[in-house]
Amino acid sequence: MAKYLLLKHYRGAPAAVNDVPMDQWTPEEVSAHVRYMQDFAARLEGTGEFVDGQALSPEGTFVRYDGEGRPPVTDGPFAETKDLIAGWMVIDVDTYDRAIELAGELSAAPGAGGKPIHEWLEVRPFLGEAPTITE
Amino acid sequence: MDEALLRALTPTVIGILVRRGADFAAAEDAVQDALVEAVRVWPDDPPRDPQGWLVTAAWRKFLDAARADASRRHREARVEGEPPPGPGEAVDDTLQLYFLCAHPSLTPASAVALTLRAVGGLTTRQIARAYLVPEATMAQRISRAKRTVSGVRLDQPGDVATVLRVLYLVFNEGYSGDVDLAGEAIRLTRELAARIDHEEVAGLLALMLLHHARRAARTGPDGRLVPLAEQDRGRWDTRLIAEGVDVLQAALARDRLGEFQAQAAIAALHADAPTVEETDWVQIVEWYDELVGLTGSPVARLNRAVAVGEADGPRAGLAALAALDPALPRHAAVAAYLHERDGDPVTAARLYAEAARSAPSLGERDHLTRQAARLNARLRG
Repeated sequence: MAKYLLLKHYRGAPAAVNDVPMDQWTPEEVSAHVRYMQDFAARLEGTGEFVDGQALSPEGTFVRYDGEGRPPVTDGPFAETKDLIAGWMVIDVDTYDRAIELAGELSAAPGAGGKPIHEWLEVRPFLGEAPTITE
Repeated sequence: MDEALLRALTPTVIGILVRRGADFAAAEDAVQDALVEAVRVWPDDPPRDPQGWLVTAAWRKFLDAARADASRRHREARVEGEPPPGPGEAVDDTLQLYFLCAHPSLTPASAVALTLRAVGGLTTRQIARAYLVPEATMAQRISRAKRTVSGVRLDQPGDVATVLRVLYLVFNEGYSGDVDLAGEAIRLTRELAARIDHEEVAGLLALMLLHHARRAARTGPDGRLVPLAEQDRGRWDTRLIAEGVDVLQAALARDRLGEFQAQAAIAALHADAPTVEETDWVQIVEWYDELVGLTGSPVARLNRAVAVGEADGPRAGLAALAALDPALPRHAAVAAYLHERDGDPVTAARLYAEAARSAPSLGERDHLTRQAARLNARLRG
């Protein structure tokens, strides 16, 4: 078993096929999309492959250390930042091929016109524990 | 409260319920419920006969569930009252459970989860924590696995090879959560070895013991991975090594070599060397030749290249490596090591950095990054 992160980008991924911004959809299309995501997560829980799913606000703050005794410096959000993460799902599956298959299904979530968005999702393997037997 | 005893009794009690007419899935659920009750009740009121207590409690849970199920479906329960006297012990129930839980129709992850619960007596929560998934996910994985094998009869002969693969996977997962999976894999393999006379079961047990013997030396105080060559051999567990060597020698004497025996033989040769310099690399290469012959595994070929590099010099190792696909996991790490030994720190540093980027685990990545950093610092200095 291996864990994979299915990463959804607000920005930074190649353009989706059905690339209409969500605020241009009908409310029913938005609901259908949300329902698809919930059903997908519930189905993966049923197959014993679901680990976690979260959505992120697009607005964030950059923070860095500013030296001993000083409060951290905050800045941003930076409008020009190329990559913007929208959310993720973590799955625990038997094979890489299964991770790709599931990402493909997730990418078929319906968007404008009730048609699949065909959005690009990024699949990233987790770094796990080193195996006990190495030589 | 003896949790080890509870866990050891789990497969026996499941077997007894199945003999009394319960199907495997229901029996397994009932025994889990009984285990939970035992954990609650035993500390204050320890039973004189733990197995008898568990059988009685599990059978009651089974009847309750069967009745509830029957009334839901508006039909008579198939099982009522006193259990039928079941057939004699013609087959070993626990052994049959090993086969069922590693049935070829299950995916590896399902087989692992089912084995840990039904044979190992772990709770769903413990298994979920060990594999870092939510408990609900693990519960579903287990109940799906039980549905998959629901048509399989417990008295059918099983496949030892699939059981060994499952136990190997559990062992290799090491230690996470509150369960020592490596220790659990050894316990289950020991139990299996006591029930079936099979040279590869012994081979796998020896392999596990020999690797487990080095566990304390494998990680530094800061949690970092310590490679075999740098381990403090004084921290190896000599008792486990001696046992592993004994088990292996008995298996090899049967003259039916298999991949686990070959791997154990390699581990035994490492264990036998008082210092890394005294390692018998020539024999290790011979065992890798056997292993490659048995499995054709690219991973075995990669490890063989390292051993050739030690036995015949880094040039020979690099020549062996040249025949392998560079896309193999850990190929760059092996190449880096051999190039450094060959006196080419520039190439080695580049390859260590490349290997770190493609490392499959955190411990290996950090180790490879340190190797690249060490060489780069030396090159600057």
